[in-house]
Amino acid sequence: MEKQLSPDEKLEALWQGVLEKKDPQGNPLQFQSPEAEKAYKERVQRFRDAIEMKKLPDRVPVTVFPSMFPWTSAGMTVEEAMYNYDKCAEVFQKFVLEFEPDVHWGAYAPGPGKFFEILDYKLYSWPGHGVAPEHSYQCNEGEYMKPEEYDDLIQDPTGYFIHLYLPRVFGALGGFQMLPFFPGILEMYGLALSFIPFGLPPVQSTFQALFEAGAEALKWVGPIGGTDGVLATLGFPNILGGFTKAPFDVIGDTLRGTKGIMLDLYRRPDKLLKAMEVLTPLMIKMGIGSAQSTGNPLIFIPLHKGADGFLSDEQFKKFYWPTLKEVILGLIEGGCVPLPALEGFWNTRLEVVQDVPKGKTLWMVDQSDMVQAKKTLGQNACLLGNVPSSLLNLGTPQDVRDYVKNLIETVGKDGGLIVCNGAFFDDAKPENVKAMVDAAKEFGVYA
Amino acid sequence: MSNELVNAIADMREEDALRIVREMVESGSDPMTILDAAREAMAVVGQRYEEGTYFLPELMLAGEMLGQITEIVKPALAKAPEVTRYGKVVIGTVQGDIHDIGKNIVTFMLDVNGFDVLDLGVDVPPQKFVEAIRDFQPQVVGLSGFLTLAFDAMKETVDAIKEAGLRDGVKIMIGGGQVTEEVKTYTGADAYGRDAMAGVSLAKQWVGAK
Repeated sequence: MEKQLSPDEKLEALWQGVLEKKDPQGNPLQFQSPEAEKAYKERVQRFRDAIEMKKLPDRVPVTVFPSMFPWTSAGMTVEEAMYNYDKCAEVFQKFVLEFEPDVHWGAYAPGPGKFFEILDYKLYSWPGHGVAPEHSYQCNEGEYMKPEEYDDLIQDPTGYFIHLYLPRVFGALGGFQMLPFFPGILEMYGLALSFIPFGLPPVQSTFQALFEAGAEALKWVGPIGGTDGVLATLGFPNILGGFTKAPFDVIGDTLRGTKGIMLDLYRRPDKLLKAMEVLTPLMIKMGIGSAQSTGNPLIFIPLHKGADGFLSDEQFKKFYWPTLKEVILGLIEGGCVPLPALEGFWNTRLEVVQDVPKGKTLWMVDQSDMVQAKKTLGQNACLLGNVPSSLLNLGTPQDVRDYVKNLIETVGKDGGLIVCNGAFFDDAKPENVKAMVDAAKEFGVYA
Repeated sequence: MSNELVNAIADMREEDALRIVREMVESGSDPMTILDAAREAMAVVGQRYEEGTYFLPELMLAGEMLGQITEIVKPALAKAPEVTRYGKVVIGTVQGDIHDIGKNIVTFMLDVNGFDVLDLGVDVPPQKFVEAIRDFQPQVVGLSGFLTLAFDAMKETVDAIKEAGLRDGVKIMIGGGQVTEEVKTYTGADAYGRDAMAGVSLAKQWVGAK
């Protein structure tokens, strides 16, 4: 019988996999120089030490976690970055080599434009499809799940996604509505009846679109995924394993929409709670699954509708936090390092979310008060942030330098800090971004 | 009855509120009395939001209740109700940005605080703000934006208002996402507000309301 690995052993295996990185053929990665190999391992270790809070890293790690900045700053439009995969990859490599962050997060942000076209994706508008060429894609908020559909989602989330949700957000997947009820495929008698939909034109054209979309995704992931390999040989690790979401945001962002979920708190609170309970293990599975397939431990969790001002304390504690906490603990159990991002202000939530096991998570902080964050959440978790977008955009390199210096002095003294931008950004002065990285390296050395 | 209605709405008892409204309509109450009660309740909701006891769920449910009540009462209504207003505000999310939650909250809060608000929606080009200022003659203009691209779009909007010769006639406030004091200076706006309450107090201050 195979031995069950403990959570710590699973995590250790992932970190070891990052350190002893393999090339796509499964052979040990050939670094471009012994210096690159040394830098790679030091950078991974620096991040890991900061996250685990057991011993001080050699210095405060620093990273840049941008949205479209690598491409816009290179004079490329977002549209080009989404449609020219080779150039997208090439520009990203230059960005990492120029700014030299300790870790990077891959060139995945733009995504393959053609792929979204094939699927007729409706959830987002992107350049050429509702957004100007130079702007980033943006979500089209809406009520993609109707209030009376909670029971369908609760009974069979996967079936709900296939039959109802996906055809609504992908124009090309209308044929999914006609697919058979899969758990009904059981015995020989009558079996062929279940397969009739696959013979019908709408289903066949949906599958045709899926084949094309899959082929396009492969075409894209070659250069984009290859970038991670090239950058690793040059000494720059990417330790991002994938992403997942807080169950409240799953429903509030892209199923019921902000208004829908806020009304559900009053009109159908029990259904909402039940649906989140059903989604929780799926969100854990999603994170662990992508960490296993990429071999990287960090699982990003963008947090939206729990921010200050959205819910009362009581509502936050009842509706938002319990299932998010379960997702965080489930990911840790699966050997991952959850990376929740506190987008916007979360000052009133810090005392609640500090209830996580020490040294097992990393939290991206945007505009919350960092001193307060350090006193609460920061006692148990490493904080990543929080150089403001407005400063990177409109300030001077000296302003940024001062900000980073102050950040390190006030909250980075005893470790548990990684310097980074606080929010995802498309636009900034490159010299300010450079100043952020350089300042962390200059002021962040631990004696 | 109308006191009961105020309390039902203000306390988020949607079913009770709608039942009371139907009963009042059936028993021949003046529709204006019903709408006055609804408006009074909205002011209570706005106040509780300002005090930090109500949040988005309550604002959105209050808005829903008001919409439903207006629908029920409408057939019995002879003319549009007249309301005393402090002043007028034109609001919108600037060009290139399609986020609207923050803007909608500010609009709601301005409305319940006695402002006549013209909401231009999202992805609003500078020229559309200029035209709206000409036609609607607001004292206050609100520019909303979530993304960093909004910094430039806000600046372009303020510039367009300036070029049209309308800048001196309006006060401009900005808000949303990553907006800070620095962004305010960059865009040439008069002030920025971190949340909806800040927007309301700026607008009140500018039109000289208490």
